[in-house]
Amino acid sequence: MLTWALILLLALGAYACKVTGLVVIGSRRLPAVVERCLALVPAALISALIVKDTFSTGQDLVLDARAAGVAAAAIAAWRRAPVIVVIVLGAAVTAVVRQLTGAD
Amino acid sequence: MLSWPVVDPDAEDEVALRQVAWACLSLGAAVGVFAVAFGVGAVSAGGSVPMACAMSLLVFTGASQFSAVSVILAGGSAGAAFGSAMLLAARNGVYGLALSKLITGSLARRLVAAQLVIDESTAMATAQEHPRAQRAAFWLTGGSIFVCWNLGTLIGALAGEAIDPLTYGLDAAFPAGFVAMVAPHLRNRLGLEAGILGGLICLVLIPFTPIGVPILCSTAAVLIGIPARTADEAEALPGTAGVP
Repeated sequence: MLTWALILLLALGAYACKVTGLVVIGSRRLPAVVERCLALVPAALISALIVKDTFSTGQDLVLDARAAGVAAAAIAAWRRAPVIVVIVLGAAVTAVVRQLTGAD
Repeated sequence: MLSWPVVDPDAEDEVALRQVAWACLSLGAAVGVFAVAFGVGAVSAGGSVPMACAMSLLVFTGASQFSAVSVILAGGSAGAAFGSAMLLAARNGVYGLALSKLITGSLARRLVAAQLVIDESTAMATAQEHPRAQRAAFWLTGGSIFVCWNLGTLIGALAGEAIDPLTYGLDAAFPAGFVAMVAPHLRNRLGLEAGILGGLICLVLIPFTPIGVPILCSTAAVLIGIPARTADEAEALPGTAGVP
């Protein structure tokens, strides 16, 4: 459940990250190895989020209409389609496959 | 190029600035689409419309907001939601470092600028050659995305309350949004390896660990960045672009 406490904590945490880089540390440099690893966080973490949101319901691994939708979105993104096409295609293909198979 | 008309450098500057402004503003509009998806997801995760809007106003870093809501939607704990969001927010600290030479002035000004330090504003600012264009790109991109992101969230949250997300496949809008976000990060070899490894770690852990934990563990994949790289590969590294 999304709560106000979580939202405020997230706001403080996110702003702390931004301010630390821009104002507190300023133009001092982090060790190169730290910068290299941090640059890879989005690739690793967002890929994991895609896997979770596509292939799981709670703690169960499932294969359902979402897989078709996300596959379509992946092809569109790979072909450098605009963001709106990627998202709408993902949702539309999922909805259609769900209708056709008559289940989640 | 046959002949480049040499005009008054100030006038040329103005043209360049106008192009930068146009690019920044259209980027804001594109990001608004993500925000609509976010608004829908936030209310599906049990949030109210004011909660969704407050999150976009105050947290204002898209990937973190998406990941927190995604963990909550799956039934994960607040701790796991917070942890995954902070791991993604950490890169804004690195962006801040890169921008600190550019964003100068009073402390108050820099504290405001800090809220606008996100993927896009960093990417647009660092893509410009001249300091004046860099600063303009930072403020224009940050400003237009701030407006569009919050407007889109409001629209999405209101829509999310009115419709059944499953009927329209909106549960897939999140992973599809993530796909669009991650694509630029996977266009270099190291990024692709980290992405595949992160996805695999998550897949393997889902049945055996509490919800949200696989996401946190997937960041272990960044350790493949430890070995020093050749200059060529290092150049391809700083993955920017995506969402705020």
